[in-house]
Amino acid sequence: MFESLGDKLTGVLDKLRGKGALTEDDVNAAAREIRIALLEADVALPVVKEFIERVRERAVGQEVIKSVTPAQQVVKIVHDTIVETLGSETAELKFATPPCAFLMVGLQGSGKTTSTAKIARFLTDKQRKKVLMASLDVNRPAAQEQLRQLGEQTGVATLPVVKGQQPVDIAKRAMDTARKEGFDVVMLDTAGRLSIDEALMNEAAEVKKATNPVETILVTDAMTGQDAVNTARAFDEKVGISAIMLTRVDGDARGGAALSMRAVTGKPIKLMGVGEKWDAIEPFAPDRIAGRILGMGDVVSLVEKASETVDQEKALKLAQKFKKGQFDFNDMLTQLQQMKKMGGMGALMQMLPGMGKMAGQLEEHGVDDSMLKRQEAIILSMTKKEREKPDLLNASRKKRIAAGSGTSVQEINRLVKQQMQMQTVMKRMRKMGMGKMMGAMKGLMGDKDAALLGQSLDPDALARDMAGLKDEGPLGPNPFDDMGKGPKGLPPGLGGGLPGLGSTLTGGFPAKGSGRKKKKR
Amino acid sequence: MVFWRKKRNASEQEQEERDDKLLHPSREPEIEPPTDAEEPSLAHDVREVPESGVLEELAETPVPAHTRLSDAREAEVQREARAEEDGGGWFSRLSSGLSKSTRKISDGIGDLITKRKLDDATLEQLEELLIGADLGPRTAARVVADFAQGRFGKEIGEQEVREALADSIAKILEPVTGELTIPDAPKPFVILVAGVNGVGKTTTIGKLAWQYHVNRKKKLVIGAGDTFRAAAIEQLQIWSERAHCPLVAKQVGADAAAVAFESYEKAVEEGADILMIDTAGRLHNKANLMAELQKIVRVLKKRDETAPHEVLLVLDATTGQNAHSQVEVYRDMLDVTGLVVTKLDGSARGGVVVSLADQFKLPIYAVGVGEGIEDLQPFHPKEYARALVGL
Repeated sequence: MFESLGDKLTGVLDKLRGKGALTEDDVNAAAREIRIALLEADVALPVVKEFIERVRERAVGQEVIKSVTPAQQVVKIVHDTIVETLGSETAELKFATPPCAFLMVGLQGSGKTTSTAKIARFLTDKQRKKVLMASLDVNRPAAQEQLRQLGEQTGVATLPVVKGQQPVDIAKRAMDTARKEGFDVVMLDTAGRLSIDEALMNEAAEVKKATNPVETILVTDAMTGQDAVNTARAFDEKVGISAIMLTRVDGDARGGAALSMRAVTGKPIKLMGVGEKWDAIEPFAPDRIAGRILGMGDVVSLVEKASETVDQEKALKLAQKFKKGQFDFNDMLTQLQQMKKMGGMGALMQMLPGMGKMAGQLEEHGVDDSMLKRQEAIILSMTKKEREKPDLLNASRKKRIAAGSGTSVQEINRLVKQQMQMQTVMKRMRKMGMGKMMGAMKGLMGDKDAALLGQSLDPDALARDMAGLKDEGPLGPNPFDDMGKGPKGLPPGLGGGLPGLGSTLTGGFPAKGSGRKKKKR
Repeated sequence: MVFWRKKRNASEQEQEERDDKLLHPSREPEIEPPTDAEEPSLAHDVREVPESGVLEELAETPVPAHTRLSDAREAEVQREARAEEDGGGWFSRLSSGLSKSTRKISDGIGDLITKRKLDDATLEQLEELLIGADLGPRTAARVVADFAQGRFGKEIGEQEVREALADSIAKILEPVTGELTIPDAPKPFVILVAGVNGVGKTTTIGKLAWQYHVNRKKKLVIGAGDTFRAAAIEQLQIWSERAHCPLVAKQVGADAAAVAFESYEKAVEEGADILMIDTAGRLHNKANLMAELQKIVRVLKKRDETAPHEVLLVLDATTGQNAHSQVEVYRDMLDVTGLVVTKLDGSARGGVVVSLADQFKLPIYAVGVGEGIEDLQPFHPKEYARALVGL
């Protein structure tokens, strides 16, 4: 969803590219464009104003660094300011001595009930909590029934419904039940209410008083406009919220509401809803989101998701094969299947730097997961031997495979081509190692570019530049830094690039990372 | 044991070479944008189908008691309350709904201009006030430019500023005023209701059904096309009971298009004037879910070439500029014929309709201003514009 804002800013900043130093005019031009972009992204006006002022102050003056371009400079400043506004680190949900209550509040139709079920499932699966859900929505027809059904679908316990009971009483009963039956967390789903509805706001405050929730979560639609400020402020003042959850982040709204609400309430955005399935909920990570806002992609999310879904053992096996420079159709199949597990191509593309735009284009061209499906079908129609030794494939074998998989010989050729390319990349990578690859890249670029790259890669110069800055560089922490070491490092299973994209990404992540350095310049 | 090493014949070799060429292109192959994708698979392949079909347990679910009598009473009270308000009806109702929200915008203008020259700074502030009402930066700039024309540099009073602003906004909104009229033929007149999640589609159908059935004595059938969300069918069932209309529903997870087809059959059988079909909320950027909506339309067209006769897109007034993208995609995919704007009784002003009117020219058939069964009103641009600037 955030890609569009990123595209906008990238467009603005491209105009600045190539100029020597950042003048006040440059900054003003950028500021105007950033202002429009932010407003169109639904960031609330007061927040935009403050944001622009901060960017302007920083941009004109002492913080100009010589070794980077003005555009980079502005990217860095805008990025930092967004991160700063969103809060600088991931905020975790809090817990207290069981049973502790989570109170869900928000406007009508913001997604409270669905989010309640998602959080309950999230806590059950990831945090091993025993969760009880209770619906306090006595206003909307069938709301309590909805939560009961969600409980059935997600396998989370729900409080039996007692006809005609009022919200405060239901909440108290839920807490009693939790105490008696040993639940850790009680999720209280309230009715949607307008922030100007005094009676209902008071009711929410009463429920809060009666249950003393450890988290009071304001659920807000990512598509919300300027009103996000009023809503967040009203709920914070009248009920008192401790966290914000952003829903429908999988839409194409730019999500300026996130910036606005955070700026106005100072309350952390802890979670986001990213799809219709129960596991489509993610912790909100401001630095990553800021990266996405700027169109830099969300590699960290990808890596985390990968390490979750990718089978570690298989990955290890793959890694050993890669070391030998082999990449056969079995490896490709594993990758395809892992990609599918990770939410398909669209989801992956959105997370890759600079690919946000492309994801949209691909979708327009009808490239989607059906392509992955067909490629998988092709490989599945091969014999074991063919999968291990792609060289075996001759015309008649290809014809057979095409018939078996319901595809055409051309498609098989394309797949074979991809496999060959990846194999080549594997071999090259094995031969070169990272250091040499950088060298090769320099060779590919012009002299001036190479000199610039050298400059920006010169550790001394970098150290000098960074001394005055808080974090790792103009583009934030480099997600590739910890590739080898941490558990969050990219599992090798993904290292070979994404087969579905063919030559787009055959370089795999290491090359991608260096490619980013190239772009940075 | 050399038979497997024997020379291949010429034709085989040729073939090998050809294959080789395919396999090893001489130059670096370019990125091919693969264009040959299949039709996106329909939503029911993707969505997890919930297992429970729990309609029968509905009886145990407590809901607010809505008897025929209490509904009639509620409607009566609402009508009376409206009659009491001077000016009568929509305007005062909307104003009271908007009063909280407009106070800010009108206070803003009050602070801004008591009586002074109209200069750039004032115009900028006016623009910001409109942006704050979700008009969006571009439309706000346009409205302000329109307003400034011929007034720049002149002394101007607060009242005049408001009148002029309201006029400018109303001018944009006037072309999109429309009422949802039901002609005598064709029968049944099919209305498909769509929108993203949580905008109030089901509630809007309930209110519309009440309006047409109870107030205008039309015969209605409602189709429960939201077969995905938990308890959506139950929710619509309660609304249909309140409006005393028959509901056609299948189990959770059923094909929405099948529901549409069956409800059409039912509508024909009952000789209904209107068939309203609810759909599951879906984000407009989900291609497969949008394809599911198109399937509903295709299926309806099998029975009636002209159906659906109206496709209503329901918009939430709290939505910001993303409404553009919603309207655009829904219009392209589904030929939306009109809009319903809901939740205008909150603090959101729904100013995005102004830029929508400007860009898409789709009529706004109704606005939702509350949770009551009569809280759906026709859209009056002048009064909306005046309420928006606090007149």
